[in-house]
Amino acid sequence: MEKKEVLVLEELLGSNKKIASEIRKKLKEKGIMTINLLSSPGAGKTTLLERIAEELGPECKMAVIEGDIETERDSERIRAKGIPAWQIITGGACHLEAKMVAKVFSEIPADLDFLFIENVGNLVCPASYDLGENIRCVILSIPEGDDKPKKYPKAFTTSDCLIINKADLLPLLPFNKENAKKEALEINPKLKIFVTSALKGSGVRELIDYFLSSLHKLRQENA
Amino acid sequence: MHELSIVANLFEILEEKAKEQKAKKIVMVKLQVGALSGVVPEFLETAFNIYKKDTLADKARLEIKKIPLRVQCQKCRTEMVKDDFVFICSKCGAKELKTLSGTELLLEKIELEV
Repeated sequence: MEKKEVLVLEELLGSNKKIASEIRKKLKEKGIMTINLLSSPGAGKTTLLERIAEELGPECKMAVIEGDIETERDSERIRAKGIPAWQIITGGACHLEAKMVAKVFSEIPADLDFLFIENVGNLVCPASYDLGENIRCVILSIPEGDDKPKKYPKAFTTSDCLIINKADLLPLLPFNKENAKKEALEINPKLKIFVTSALKGSGVRELIDYFLSSLHKLRQENA
Repeated sequence: MHELSIVANLFEILEEKAKEQKAKKIVMVKLQVGALSGVVPEFLETAFNIYKKDTLADKARLEIKKIPLRVQCQKCRTEMVKDDFVFICSKCGAKELKTLSGTELLLEKIELEV
């Protein structure tokens, strides 16, 4: 028996990266701005999407891919707002992978302006998986506490945008908004930060304006 | 806990390499895991030991090389290790830091019996 050493140097998530790049390329050709939403469970991703649907729905064409371990509940909530939604049920997996998004991709209308992907509620695992998005948003809600950015660095360092949600609870809970912003900017100085209440609607317009200007930039690059 | 799904990807690569090399056994697998890779090396090891049963790697040893987050300041050019993930230069306070290493999640090499 002969022993042999083989140098490989291959990325373990290389196949995910490859599928994600193909998705990104196709979406870019179609001029669709894609936004991946990451957060722990219950931070308000679906409520924020409902609010975005109400405000952005009448002016733009949007669709949503919902990732959950079980149930169609989230996509039903989005469809109730008149927005097409596809539910990916991961059956136990704690994150979405590019290959799961690729499976529903053929059903996505080509004339969309925005495609939102709501990841499985989890602040750890989804951060490792590129889904082909243009913008990654991490949502941190007030009840979770202002110390989360450094406890979950990967979600914050890989994101383009931080949404501090449930701002209506700020008067009730000991959440230091400035501390959360400072911590987040220390580990990712490029983060764009928005403070919203998806429930009451505050701050959502500023967030939508950011998405609209990003869409405009993407289409300018295409032109 | 996405380590099991990462180990499943690892075994896809291992099977392909073993086939290419016409290997009878995989005796050692060496990974590079960066501090900002988003995975826990200990969980990777547990997942590896579960997954390897009934494969060519059933007796394989897993080696994990942990890579710290190393950055270089784009203003004063100092290189430094950042264990706290704070992207601010410890020397001049600039925020323009370039990541040199620490995000790896790589299969570095394997040892085979052929």
